[in-house]
Amino acid sequence: MRKTRLFAGGLLLASTCLSSSAFAETLDIGVTGELASFDTSQVSGGIWESQILMDVYEGLVKKSPDGELLPGMAESWEISEDGLTYTFHLREDAAWSDGEPVTAEDFVFGWRHLLDPANASKYAYMLYPVAGAEAVNTGEQPPEALGVASLDDGRTFQVTLDAPTPYFLQQLTHYTAYPAPKHTHEQYGDDWVKLDHIVTNGAFTPVKWVSQSHIDVRPNPEYYDAEDVTLDGVTYHTIEDRNAGVSRFRAGELDIMREYSSSMYGLLKDELPEATHMSTYLGSYYYAFNHREGHPTTDPRVREALNLAARRNVISEQIMGGTFQPALSFVPDGIAHYDVQEMALEGDMDARLARARELLEAAGYGPDNPLHLRLRYNTTDEHKKIAVAMAAMWRPLGVEVEMINAEATVHYQTIAEGDFDIARAGWIADYNDAENFLSLLHTGVGNNYGAYSNPDYDALLDQAADTLDLDERQQLLEQAEALALEDDALIPMLYYVSRNLVNTRLAGWEDNIEDDHPSRWVHFAD
Amino acid sequence: MLSYSLKRLLQAIPTMLIVITIAFFLMRVAPGGPFDGERALPPEIEANLMAAYHLDEPLPQQYLRYLGNLLQGDFGPSFKYKDFSVTELILQGFPVSLEIGGLAILLALALGLPLGIAAALNRNSAIDYAVMGTALAGIAVPNFVVAPLLALVFGVLLGWLPAGGWNDGALPNLVLPVVALSIQQIAYIARMMRASMIEVLGSHYIRTARAKGLSERLVVWRHAIRPALLPVVSYLGPAIAGIITGSVVIEQIFGIPGIGRYFVQGALNRDYTLVMGTVVFYGALIVLLNLVVDLLYSALDPQIRYDD
Repeated sequence: MRKTRLFAGGLLLASTCLSSSAFAETLDIGVTGELASFDTSQVSGGIWESQILMDVYEGLVKKSPDGELLPGMAESWEISEDGLTYTFHLREDAAWSDGEPVTAEDFVFGWRHLLDPANASKYAYMLYPVAGAEAVNTGEQPPEALGVASLDDGRTFQVTLDAPTPYFLQQLTHYTAYPAPKHTHEQYGDDWVKLDHIVTNGAFTPVKWVSQSHIDVRPNPEYYDAEDVTLDGVTYHTIEDRNAGVSRFRAGELDIMREYSSSMYGLLKDELPEATHMSTYLGSYYYAFNHREGHPTTDPRVREALNLAARRNVISEQIMGGTFQPALSFVPDGIAHYDVQEMALEGDMDARLARARELLEAAGYGPDNPLHLRLRYNTTDEHKKIAVAMAAMWRPLGVEVEMINAEATVHYQTIAEGDFDIARAGWIADYNDAENFLSLLHTGVGNNYGAYSNPDYDALLDQAADTLDLDERQQLLEQAEALALEDDALIPMLYYVSRNLVNTRLAGWEDNIEDDHPSRWVHFAD
Repeated sequence: MLSYSLKRLLQAIPTMLIVITIAFFLMRVAPGGPFDGERALPPEIEANLMAAYHLDEPLPQQYLRYLGNLLQGDFGPSFKYKDFSVTELILQGFPVSLEIGGLAILLALALGLPLGIAAALNRNSAIDYAVMGTALAGIAVPNFVVAPLLALVFGVLLGWLPAGGWNDGALPNLVLPVVALSIQQIAYIARMMRASMIEVLGSHYIRTARAKGLSERLVVWRHAIRPALLPVVSYLGPAIAGIITGSVVIEQIFGIPGIGRYFVQGALNRDYTLVMGTVVFYGALIVLLNLVVDLLYSALDPQIRYDD
């Protein structure tokens, strides 16, 4: 948004113009956090980190502006009939920014580096589908035991999986599957990642990093599609205060502001209707029920009653101003190869409340013995508003809700220990596959906060994991979710949406379900 | 004075040790760890992480390891910002905070002192009420309100100044954060200066000076202002330490890469080494500035002498 502005003083005029991208074709993106590292094994998992990393690195496959898979470092690939072996043929002109060719050795090295326990990578588990990955990561096997190989003098990269993984190609767009420059590792050791030494294989390469302020990247002249990259560079501004980010966008200092605050949506929609984007996103906002012994939520009647009384439309529209979509399923709408399984909530609200009352009464709760619940959420305004609204919706049933909030670190540790009846949680897809959500309800999984456990559910998921046929697999996953919803395993509540402010002069930037926007496609249309 | 200063610096060692010890154990008592988050990590990955940062060792051993590293000037790696060590983060952020904070303090003194003196000399007049009323408003309105307002008015609506960003310390980028940071300080200093001036002007030696027939200007400039500065100076020590180590609010709203937010973010992320680094740094700065204040005292008030 570059409005005509009133300037005062020559100095201010000059410096303000220089600081904005009005004349240079540099893209200014406001991101809501600081990159942890250019070493992809050390990244902490923020959305802002994928934005920067996907601009400077490229995996075997990459994404189009609308999120479709395209060949990246690999120009073609074959998948064996049993679905266990992937053979990637690297493109001839794949090169690091210092001109060295990108070879299969760099992928072998990068993946081993990620899984090496000494590097303590937080997201190493993303590569666990690869044969031997878990054993390498736990130190039971040496890195050489990983099921990857460099063939044909480094022109072919072969991967062996433990089990057919239909979403494996999807996963390869994640930064954990990027290559790492073996030659600079050997030359500089741990300092390979310092800006003086770093080389990257994506459309851009970093040139400056002021911690907590900004990162500058310039086009990588060695990139195979360098001619198509029209930007002079990209600057990622770290902006933790989202309202401040909106101000800077409105002042014309930013071309894109990622994840603007939901409370600003109404105002922005009126003021900057063209620039204000909101779109479906692969994220689920839910309340976990505690299924551990001794909690009232172990009673299925209690869980059903609480689900019946939740008015998702009210939360989505009236409480959150339309910045979330109401959800009756755990797996969000829009996941590939999957039809949404919605919870069956029959009748109008009065009928649902009447049914809920009956259920609670049958479970032994009433005016003399009210149901007392401890609801935990992590401290933010959004979560608080939703928790208050939910408690108000349950009050007519005679439910007393004790609300306990804590900062995120404490919240997640506490609920992992099972100290709650109902807990707020959310999940953003790591890759576009229903399994990524459904595995959170599998017995014994770390993020299964409520410790939901149903052997039939586990069996369906395990069977799906071994099923190669996509349609058959889809059916199994859908059956599993339907089962969990029938059990009222949790309270599905809202789907996340992506929120971005985008300069209307930009072309090549499209809303997509994973909210991934590689800058290489973006250009200023004048 | 030299021996006094040395003695004070030696006394600071046990003080710092206590600060470090309390901070170290307090941080570990807080629930949650640096690797807890929305996504529980597989146990083997968590074990890798704990081992990589020596968090799997017994706490006393970790404490001794930390002290040992500290003696060698090593604050350790940040758990969160992996490409930087804590020392690098502080060295990169402190000059920025020092610049913004230093300018804010200078601005606050340049405006606060004359305003306070003017109000005291014109007690209960329109000037006094105007200055004190404005100062009260300055204190009452917190900077998380002032800062976005300034950005909105001067950055978005008028477009005179950048609404945020550091831009390597370019002058236009400095104006709004410095003003936002100094408003409260101007108000504090003006009120403090006024109160202390009024007290001094009512004292016996001022009456004596006036009785001797000195002009009002001489009375004020030679005899009143210097002693009236004492409370302001003692306030300035900790205030400067607080301001030049950064303001979380100002830094976040204007996107300033100072060290203020490391205090808060470090604590929220349980980035133990970063929190310890900032605490040690802040503690040392307070000790140093308090010493400077005490030395300034003796310069301002001849009755105070430290030549024991």
